[in-house]
Amino acid sequence: MDLRLSEDQEATRDLLRRLFEREVGTDVVRAAESLGHSPQVWATLAAAGIPAMGMPARLGGGDADLAMLAVVAIEAGRAMAPVPLIEHLVATRVVAELDPAHPRLADLASGSAIAALAPVPAVSGRASLVPGGAVADVVVALDGDVLVAAGGPPPGAALRNHASAPLADRDLTGPDRRVLASGADAGLAHADAATEWRVLTAGALSGLAATALELAVAYVKQRHQFGVPIGSFQAVQHGLADLPGPVLGAELLVHEAAWALVTGEVAPTGAGGRELALMALLFTADVAADVTARCVHYHGGYGVAEEQDPQLLYRRARGWALVGGDPADDVERLGALLAEGGG
Amino acid sequence: MNADVAAFAAEVREFLDGHLTDDMRRRMHRTGTSHDWDLHRAIAARGWVAAALPGSPEARDPFEMAVLFRELELADAPYHGLSVTMLAAGVLQQVGSDELKAKVLPQILAGDALVCLGYSEPDHGSDVAAASTRAVPNDEAHSTWTINGQKMWTTLAHVAQHVLLLTRTDPDVPKHRGLTMFLVPLDTPGITVQAVHTVSGDRTNVTFYDDVLVGDECRVGDVNGGWRVMGVALALERGVMGGTALGEVLWRAARAWAAGAGALDRPRVREVLARTRIDVEVAWLLAQHTAWIAASGGLPSVEGSMTKLFASETYQRAADEWQDLAGAPGLLDMDAPGSMADGLFERAARHAPLTTIYGGTSEIQRNNIAERHLGLPSTRGGR
Repeated sequence: MDLRLSEDQEATRDLLRRLFEREVGTDVVRAAESLGHSPQVWATLAAAGIPAMGMPARLGGGDADLAMLAVVAIEAGRAMAPVPLIEHLVATRVVAELDPAHPRLADLASGSAIAALAPVPAVSGRASLVPGGAVADVVVALDGDVLVAAGGPPPGAALRNHASAPLADRDLTGPDRRVLASGADAGLAHADAATEWRVLTAGALSGLAATALELAVAYVKQRHQFGVPIGSFQAVQHGLADLPGPVLGAELLVHEAAWALVTGEVAPTGAGGRELALMALLFTADVAADVTARCVHYHGGYGVAEEQDPQLLYRRARGWALVGGDPADDVERLGALLAEGGG
Repeated sequence: MNADVAAFAAEVREFLDGHLTDDMRRRMHRTGTSHDWDLHRAIAARGWVAAALPGSPEARDPFEMAVLFRELELADAPYHGLSVTMLAAGVLQQVGSDELKAKVLPQILAGDALVCLGYSEPDHGSDVAAASTRAVPNDEAHSTWTINGQKMWTTLAHVAQHVLLLTRTDPDVPKHRGLTMFLVPLDTPGITVQAVHTVSGDRTNVTFYDDVLVGDECRVGDVNGGWRVMGVALALERGVMGGTALGEVLWRAARAWAAGAGALDRPRVREVLARTRIDVEVAWLLAQHTAWIAASGGLPSVEGSMTKLFASETYQRAADEWQDLAGAPGLLDMDAPGSMADGLFERAARHAPLTTIYGGTSEIQRNNIAERHLGLPSTRGGR
């Protein structure tokens, strides 16, 4: 395996970083807090062809593989982009693969419609707290023994939540419901989609952690107390010096997981794509929670002030991961794979 | 990892299957000496001691070097003598005198000579540039030198032929500018080696130097140029010479123990398997990243610090977790009946505290990261 980004990945990273820097300041993030979605940012992404990236070219998509989408997710996370991009990218891949005749595929590719994946199985036709569910026109969910793509108008309002994410409960039983897979195939297809969702969410969290570290370091250089920058105190320095290794490791782990899932290969350490995807989300969630908490802490009182940015990062670090369920469940899943000889 | 590197990893594994014995491992654990002459000579015969020398026919790139040490670690081989000696070989090649290159380097590459490091002193550990072991020239031409002083943590001095010795040659200038490095034969009269046994069972030494007379041909680098030589040595040391797969060794042995003990169904075992496995993967990725920086011509000082800090701190946590999980039997020594995983958990818990100290303490790594990566001001106000 090669840990370096390909030239295409680097070009995509640079393009998205510039786009997000230009379009998504924290003022935009704040303005979108109640819905967790900015139609303007989404329109900009759509104009750049980003929502179609994960779909096959014959359906109007960009043919990007998961390794490329991971680059997109990292940049979206860095900027706290208030759009359900990860959910859309994962869900459109599932629909394009399993239901190429879906009537809304062209809209999903152009970005005029939004798709979302419920990473947690639905109960009795109802998917709870679907990330992106507040604005999604198509919701992909595992409903009993069928994988469905449910339509119907999105609620257009989010349940008020910790991460200011566009979360909403969705009814899957409406007239636009289409079955993508049934029986064992449905469970497997949903597990694969959830695995991709984990890798991309891990990517977003690693980007978020990198932003939080940069913000904290910049602040301790300019904040003076006792006549010197607080970053000149060793207690502060060492609290921050713990972080670049895990932040770098988080990003490398995301790339490694994506690589393993794309190629089907096993890492030299013995870990395969499924193990690495679980590891990636568990690790990046821990790192993002830790880095953003320290970012708040080293800002002192300003860190908890709503008008300041650290709290925006802190809330999202926990929230983005938690919509996938209790991390202990993923620890159990990983432990089971390892006990069976994986990794 | 590309195909060439993977093939080299397989070659190292096959070599170890043929040459590394359980006797060697047990002797290492019993004596605390991580060196075995038979294994070392066999490694040298493969040309692997010369692998660290850029430009030599046997030179290996940083990815291959990382693989070599990873496989040695995973196999629980006695390899510390190899890593320190390779480092010394690199120093001699880059800044050694023609005489040292002609006389000592071939012995090192043949696996017949081992080198240990004489940097730290009783009063100077992390602040190594404050070394006070004195080297005084005996004439104006500096044809011979007399050395007096004491070095701590001269690990392997009791089996090595040479010590790479950091000395003070000018006490009247700022500390970094008055140091000179020597490669001193350990059989020189006036040198005494005394054992220091550690909590991990590893043996190290204190070495005493009383009126030790050495010729100028033993000098490595310029007079008062010792700090530059240290820089060369540290650059060779960081990141690619072992110590990053400790957690992986423990993890693999722990899973094998759990499988053998029928404990893989225990939720708590699965939880620790999962949590510690993640840290193993990240340590490996950081080590790979460090090798990549080195392979791209960079000096991976900061990356080496990140890797070492992460690998050692997470190894400590893992060692605690596994010993806790084993319960009271986790306290038993490998020779006691009923010991867990052949005493591994007990041994790991004793070894873990060393790993955040040797090779640069966690605090030194954090200073390095804070100053050179985060751009924060130096906090070491002293001279």
